[in-house]
Amino acid sequence: MALTTAPDPTRRGPGSDRAHAERRGPGRFRHSEGLAGYVFLSPWLIGLMGVTAIPMLLSLYLSFTNYDILTPFSEVEWVGLANYERMFTADPSYWHAVRVTLTFALIAVPLKLAAALGVALLLNRAWRGVGLFRGLFYLPSLLGGSVALAIVWVNMFNRDGAFNSLLSLFGITGKPWVNDPDWALETLMVLAIWQFGAPMVIFLAGLKQVPTELYEAASVDGAGRFRQFRNVTLPMLSPVIFFNLVLETINGFQGFTAAFVLSNGTGGPVDSTLMYTLNLYITGFTDLNMGYASAMAWVFLLAIAVITAIFFSTGRFWVHYSDGEDR
Amino acid sequence: MVTVTPTTAAPTAAPPTARRRPGGRPVLRLVILVAIVVVVLYPLIWMVGTSLKSQEEIVNNVGLLPERFTPGNYTAGWSNFDVSFGRFFLNSAMVSLLTVVGNGLSCLLAAYAFARLRFRLRGMWFAVMIGTLLLPQHVLIVPQYILFRTLGLVGGDWPYLPLLIPQFLATEAFFVFLMVQFMRGVPRELDEAARIDGAGPFGIFRHIILPLSRPALVTTAIFSFIWTWNDFFRQLVFLSQLEDYTVPVALTLFIDSTSQSAVGPMFAMSVLSLLPVFLFFVAFQRMLVEGINTSGIKG
Repeated sequence: MALTTAPDPTRRGPGSDRAHAERRGPGRFRHSEGLAGYVFLSPWLIGLMGVTAIPMLLSLYLSFTNYDILTPFSEVEWVGLANYERMFTADPSYWHAVRVTLTFALIAVPLKLAAALGVALLLNRAWRGVGLFRGLFYLPSLLGGSVALAIVWVNMFNRDGAFNSLLSLFGITGKPWVNDPDWALETLMVLAIWQFGAPMVIFLAGLKQVPTELYEAASVDGAGRFRQFRNVTLPMLSPVIFFNLVLETINGFQGFTAAFVLSNGTGGPVDSTLMYTLNLYITGFTDLNMGYASAMAWVFLLAIAVITAIFFSTGRFWVHYSDGEDR
Repeated sequence: MVTVTPTTAAPTAAPPTARRRPGGRPVLRLVILVAIVVVVLYPLIWMVGTSLKSQEEIVNNVGLLPERFTPGNYTAGWSNFDVSFGRFFLNSAMVSLLTVVGNGLSCLLAAYAFARLRFRLRGMWFAVMIGTLLLPQHVLIVPQYILFRTLGLVGGDWPYLPLLIPQFLATEAFFVFLMVQFMRGVPRELDEAARIDGAGPFGIFRHIILPLSRPALVTTAIFSFIWTWNDFFRQLVFLSQLEDYTVPVALTLFIDSTSQSAVGPMFAMSVLSLLPVFLFFVAFQRMLVEGINTSGIKG
């Protein structure tokens, strides 16, 4: 510890020197730097305009039209708020998709994070082989989002799949889970939870930051393992929990691939896997109802923004930053 | 940071185990971890096992591994459609590798501007870039499709342009952010030294930042490749001709043919499609696990 703090004062030396040099730095350089800034930024700026900003505005405009890809732009009809009205009042399958997506996120995300945190706690000590476990647990996060793995998953939870053969070992007769409207979405949740490795790695990095002294102090005060977890680990880890929660929730809302594969692009059985993005895809690219799909996209964007804002405003009450004022 | 020296006056009443960090007894913990490994790896092993089973065994033997290893599914799957899977793999490899090049180049340029150069409105542009981090691609897909189609690029002579153009324009804000964070760690004194030697912003980029950013470039390259290789949504939307299909889009063709006989070939091609990602995992395991995931909180 002394070793790491020692160089600090010396490091401050060149730093203030630099600030000094910058303040009276040669004017020519400053000028060329401003130009160079935009030269280096130009690909990104073009991308921002052409691939992000203009399409977003176009999408906003289209959301007030009945545009389908087949009619030329000159004949597009302005329909006002009709798309939004239809979405909120006259489209049961839209609300069904909202419900499916919320159900998926509300169940899969907390379970995934709980699994990630639990395994991270088991791995949070230096011992031989910990790297191997960490790697193996991370592997599903790399593979799980692919079509190939979704295919495997669907077959695993099918009538003759591996899951049912496992159940039969215990004398339970399974069913084709992926064809059952009551269970199809659950199999997708299990697939999401299976990919707990990515948040787990982030938890592990967070756990390393918790000072050992705090545990020592807590155990001196007579805190058992559970109270240490509750009063030391959880508060110290809350920024990382928050980070993971925001990230995984937003990811959870966007689940598409596995639902597409399970239902062959329909959202079935009986719309039970009709995730929001899948519904948007069907509306825009199967039914070619692109005006309506644009309205859905904008509501989706606003919903994500609102949910993120809610996370950040409630985060004040339970996220503790150790260098902040709440300590 | 305040250093607390472990006190020598530790209470003798406390049992030695109390000083341990949470995590349980070693043996119990190992048993739990091995059990989780089994659950985690089971689907993958089952996938490989099934891909090596004969048609009979797929129906009758639900076990993890085949009794007799039969590679027939691989040859059957490879030529299951009118276009061979070799073509799909070439298409996927081309899209993924060009994405790697595009992301590496364009994100590095943008990151250098954000991390090192001072220009008007930099703060605002940086905030905009951070804002696009959380922008779901599903929101942009409809208007992007319309734009690229209007430009005649969808289903054109070379149908991959709509997939690749955004990647050459630094639209993956995540990589820009990653590189900015990395460049902030490069000592400014090096810039100063180069500047005294007469280097301008371009010289500093060329001789200082570019060579020193190699680790960030490698991380970006690996994740660009894996994400593009696995990506399905954009490729599904923009590719319509069978001979242009990438591997993920081609794999969905198997789902259409629901017959039981397609399961073996379908699994074989699924295994093959995951192989490049798996090899990346084996080669760069440490970096993958520690590199990108923690970059968000280290910064």
